[in-house]
Amino acid sequence: MKAKAADFLDYDQESGIYLENPEQAVRDDVEKHYWRHVGRTIVKDWRLYLMLVPMLLVFLFWRYFPMYELLGCFKVSDNVLPVSQQLFSGFSYFKRLLFAGDGLSTDFWRALRNTFLLSFYGLCFGFPMPIILALFFNEVRSNITRSVVQVLTYLPKFMSTVVMTSLVTMLVKQGSLTTGMGIVSRFLAGAGLISQEVAQAGLLNNPAFFRSIYQISGIWESAGYDSIVFFAAIIAISPTSYEAAQIDGADKMAQMKYVVLPSILSTIVIMLITRIGSLLNIGYEKVLLLYNPNTYVTADVVSTFAYRNGMGTGAGNGIAAAAEMMNNVIGMLLVIGANTIARKASNTSLY
Amino acid sequence: MKRKLELSELIFKIISYTLLIVFALCCLYPFVYAISASISGRAAVEYGSVVLFPKDIQFDAFARMFNDNMFWNAYSNTLFLTLYGTIWAMFVAILGAYALSKRRLLFRTFFNFFLVFTMWFSAGIVPQYLNYLATKDVFNAMGITDDKWLVVIAMGMQAMNIILLRNAFEGVPSEIEEAAIVDGASEFQVLTQVYIPMSKSTIATVALFFAISRWNGYFWARQMISNSNEHPLQVFIRLRLEQYTDPETMAGWNETFASNSVIYALIVCSIVPILIIYPFIQKYFAKGVNVGGVKE
Repeated sequence: MKAKAADFLDYDQESGIYLENPEQAVRDDVEKHYWRHVGRTIVKDWRLYLMLVPMLLVFLFWRYFPMYELLGCFKVSDNVLPVSQQLFSGFSYFKRLLFAGDGLSTDFWRALRNTFLLSFYGLCFGFPMPIILALFFNEVRSNITRSVVQVLTYLPKFMSTVVMTSLVTMLVKQGSLTTGMGIVSRFLAGAGLISQEVAQAGLLNNPAFFRSIYQISGIWESAGYDSIVFFAAIIAISPTSYEAAQIDGADKMAQMKYVVLPSILSTIVIMLITRIGSLLNIGYEKVLLLYNPNTYVTADVVSTFAYRNGMGTGAGNGIAAAAEMMNNVIGMLLVIGANTIARKASNTSLY
Repeated sequence: MKRKLELSELIFKIISYTLLIVFALCCLYPFVYAISASISGRAAVEYGSVVLFPKDIQFDAFARMFNDNMFWNAYSNTLFLTLYGTIWAMFVAILGAYALSKRRLLFRTFFNFFLVFTMWFSAGIVPQYLNYLATKDVFNAMGITDDKWLVVIAMGMQAMNIILLRNAFEGVPSEIEEAAIVDGASEFQVLTQVYIPMSKSTIATVALFFAISRWNGYFWARQMISNSNEHPLQVFIRLRLEQYTDPETMAGWNETFASNSVIYALIVCSIVPILIIYPFIQKYFAKGVNVGGVKE
C-alpha cells in the first residue's frame, strides 16, 4: 500500500492546518519495511536474542527432531536408513495396527485399552484422595502435629520411580514361606484375602493384581504431595465464612457442602483438567519397571508396546512410531480439548 | 471465644484423625520395614518374623554393599549427572525464560508456542531413542565419547520449568529494571543483579525440580550409557534387583544374611541422602506446586 502525504499528518480542526504525526509515520514505515524493522530490532537488541539461542537449540535438537523421526510411521522402515531416505508407505502401518486382526494388532488394541484404563482408574481413585487428605489436614488444629503428619505423607514422593518400584517388588515378591515371600503378600495370605499359591507366585506375576498395585502404589507415592495445593486452597478460606455458616445452624456436612466445596472448586477443576489432559501420557517408566510377560494382559501400555517393538527385536520402528503417533495425537487432542473447556468454563487456562 | 464442638464436628474430627494417622503410618511403614529387613538375620527375614523391628541384627548386608566398588561408582556417577545436569539445565532455562519474559521480544508468541507445544505433544520413546542414537554419533564424532555428557546435555529439559521461571521473571516490577538501566546496567547485568536475586525462591524451586529429575533419571540413562562403569545409581539398583530376585541366580545363596537384605540395604542407602537434605528442601518442594503454571 502506498503511503499518502495526508497519512503522516493530522488535520487540526481549530487552526485548519495539518500537523505532523510522527508516530503514524513510524507505524507506516514499520508496515512497509517489516523485515528490515525486524532485522534492526534484533541487531540492536542482540544480547536478548542470543540468550534465547541455547533454549531454542535444545528444544529443536531433542524435542522437535524426534518428531521428525516420528514421520517414520509413514515410511517403509527397515531400521537402517534414516527417515529422509526411506520410501513413503502411507498409512499401511496404521492399517496394520488397527485392522489386521493378527497378534500384533490385538496387542495394540490391548495396549490402547490398558493405557486408557490405567489413567481412568487413576482419575477415579487417585484423584479424590489428595482432596480428602486435605480436608482431613484441615481438621488438625495443632500446627506441629499437622506438619509432622504432612511431612510423613510427602515422604514417598521423594523416592525415585526405581526405588519405589523396587520397594513394591520386594513387598509383594514371589517365594515360599521358607524363601522370603514379600511381607505384604504374606500378610494378605495370612488374612485370607488371597490364596497361598497366589502369594507364592508373587502378586506382580498375576495380571489380576497389576492395576491395583499400580493404583495403590500411585496413591502411596503422591497423594500426600498432591494434597498441598488443595490444602492451600482450604486454609485460604476466611474463618468468618465458617462462623457465618455456624450461626445459620450449619452442621459439619453443611459447612463442607456450602463453604469448603465452593471455595476449592476452581482448584479442583484446574487439577481435574490437567489430569484429563494427561490421560494418555501414562508414566511408561513405572509400568516398564513393574510389568513382566506374565502381566502384559493388564499392564502393557502403548509406550511399552512401542518400546518392545521398536527398540528390541519387535515388529520394527515403523510400527512403533505409528503406535506412538496415534497415542500422542489422541493425547494432544485431549489436552487442547480440556484446556478449551477450562477457558470457557472458568476463564482460567493452563497454557 | 471457645465454642463447644457439635456432635457432627466431633465425629468428623475423630474420623479425620484416625484415617490420617493410618495413612501416615502406611506411608512410613515400607521405609521402616526396609530398614529392619536390611539389618535382620537371614532366618528372620526369610521366615517373615521381621514385621516392624529388626531381629538378630547383622550389618553384613550393608558391608557387602559398601565393599562393592560398583556401588560407589554408581553413586559418584549420579552425583556427576545431578550436578552438571542441573547446572546446564538452569543455564539454558534462566537465559531462555528471561528473554521470553520481555514484552519487547519479537515473535514472543511463536517462541512461547514453540515451548508449550512440547508439553502437548511428545514424539514418544522410539523416535526419541533414534534421535539420541544419532546425537551419540554426532557427539562421538566431536570427540565426546563419555555417554554421561550425552545424558547431561541432551536430556532432562522440561518446558514446564522454563514457564515457571518466565512467570516469576514477569512478576519483577519493570521500574526496578528501568532504574538499573538508567544506572548503566547492561542486559546481562540486569539479569544477574536484578532478576535473579528477585526471584530466588522460584529459581531454587526450579533447580530442585531439575535436580530431582536428574537424580531419579533411569530409563534413558540405562538405554544410552553403554559402559556399566558409568551407570548411575538408579540403573545400578534396578540391575541388582533383577539379579537378586531371580530365583535361579539366587539358588546357591549361602550367606549368613538373606539376599533380600542386600536389596533393602541398597534401597536404604539410596534414600538416606535424600532424607538428610529433606528438611532443607521441603519448603521449596511444597512451594513448587503452588506457583504452578496457571496463567490467567
